[in-house]
Amino acid sequence: MPSKHARRTGGGIAAPYLFLAPALVLFVVFLALPIAYTIYLSTRRVQRSGLGLGKGSVREVNAGLDNYAAALSDASLWTSWLRVLLYGLIVLVLMLGLALLFALMLDTARVRLARFSRTSIFLPFAVPGVAAGLMWGFLYLPGTTPLKGVDFLSASTVLYSMANVAIWGGTGFNMLVLYTALRAIPQELYEAARMDGASEVRIALQVKIPILMPAIILTTVFSIIATVQVFTEPTVLRPLTNTIPSDFSPLTKIYTDAFVRGDLYSAAATAIVVAGISLVLSFGFLRVVKRQAFGESS
Amino acid sequence: MKRIGLVPTTILVLGALYCLFPVSWVVVAATKTPGELFSTATFSFGSGLFSNLADLFAYRDGVFWLWMVNTLLYAGGGALLSTLVSAAAGFALAKYRFPGRNAIFNVLIGGILVPGVVLAMPQYLLFSKIGLADTYWSVLLPQILHPYSIYLARVYSQAAIPDSLLEAGRLDGASEWLLLRRVALPMMVPGLVTIFLFQFVAIWNNFLLPFIMLGDDGKFPLTVGLYTMLAAGANQPSLYNLIITGTLVALVPLIALFLTMQRYWRTDLSSGAVKS
Repeated sequence: MPSKHARRTGGGIAAPYLFLAPALVLFVVFLALPIAYTIYLSTRRVQRSGLGLGKGSVREVNAGLDNYAAALSDASLWTSWLRVLLYGLIVLVLMLGLALLFALMLDTARVRLARFSRTSIFLPFAVPGVAAGLMWGFLYLPGTTPLKGVDFLSASTVLYSMANVAIWGGTGFNMLVLYTALRAIPQELYEAARMDGASEVRIALQVKIPILMPAIILTTVFSIIATVQVFTEPTVLRPLTNTIPSDFSPLTKIYTDAFVRGDLYSAAATAIVVAGISLVLSFGFLRVVKRQAFGESS
Repeated sequence: MKRIGLVPTTILVLGALYCLFPVSWVVVAATKTPGELFSTATFSFGSGLFSNLADLFAYRDGVFWLWMVNTLLYAGGGALLSTLVSAAAGFALAKYRFPGRNAIFNVLIGGILVPGVVLAMPQYLLFSKIGLADTYWSVLLPQILHPYSIYLARVYSQAAIPDSLLEAGRLDGASEWLLLRRVALPMMVPGLVTIFLFQFVAIWNNFLLPFIMLGDDGKFPLTVGLYTMLAAGANQPSLYNLIITGTLVALVPLIALFLTMQRYWRTDLSSGAVKS
């Protein structure tokens, strides 16, 4: 319902649209248009006539769904999906597990050095992914590693070393989100359980974690979106070892297809497939957010 | 009861040490000369910090300075514009009832779900078509729209700005534009600082977009610059000191900002607004 006064001032009806205009213009130009263009590109291909040398002998033609068929039957894309699936499982379980553990520990009575620990664990949030990759990269590199004798960058270990960079970088932020949610729980809820003689561990498992569930789901969905898109870690660690192929993750494959091999059309189709999978994985997110924040206001 | 305190404290301190470990290693390693980097004990300080810094800033005619200035420009300018756009949009979505409100909100927020590369690649191609690829604009403009900031700005204006105040302003004949500038924005400042900081860090840390957009290393931000240093120097151990020192220098401003602005790093904008 428009406000009476807003209507009377005349500008009131147009005002919200004007305030939204910059965001909407940016949305159309930098989001909607690029997506539409990617979809368009994904249905095109280059056709060469003759030797493909003369002027006009290279033409862009409609390819229908051929690029999608090629992307879906590309074995190297499936290999990179499997790699990212394993990587994602390790990162999600360890990062969110540690974040939850640290948040619960911060929330216990009689914990010492809480401020120091909380700040230190959150600190990697301020470290660029490239810098994190470089620091860990040198800690892994045989010449500069403090742990001589362990090969962190071999074909069988590099995935875990990469996961460690992401866990290091992401635990703090998720810890803070969960800790903030914990702090919002009224203390009386625990008092009753304590009166009944429940241990702190039991309270954590049976009272705190169930209440935290929405926040845990939220951080999980955000983390899924981020891990599906892993790009910085493999790109930064790659110059240090020959065990990371250029199609390590779906995103590095898209980058290589588009900018190294120059095949924009199949890169576009792969990008749409990646977007589709990431959308499917995170579909529940919007519903959770809306129920959480705006359930009562709309 | 003392036993209870020991377990969480130990777990948290171990977590803190894990998180501080690479940063402290970089601090120490940046003080070592190329010889010391491979010979001395991991955590013993070396004697080469100043020569490393001098080498770093002399690298390719001082291009590292340029990368720092560029990063500041991208992150500062982008975060400021992003905060203003998000504030206006969030305020409109929270405080007005108008046709299409929910649809606009859902569409804007849906942007969170779009993977970066799906956008960065066509953005680059579209920028190329109008001759703007490899310019400052190509890195600055795509990072202004930030759906999560709009979401936060909406939550924050809902909690921080009383409807009665806006109504009173309207009765006094204030235009909606004046209400936004003089009433809403000042009341939203604490939340906007948080939005600014999150966006500043996000742009400072962004690698994919400038990596795709830029070819001229004079326009690189630090992340892309450091990566090209690594790509060029991974097989030359004599360059390691430069890269390590560069990493440290790239970290210092953000860590300083992080430690001084701690009270603004909040993830609970709505409850924070009600309390303060």
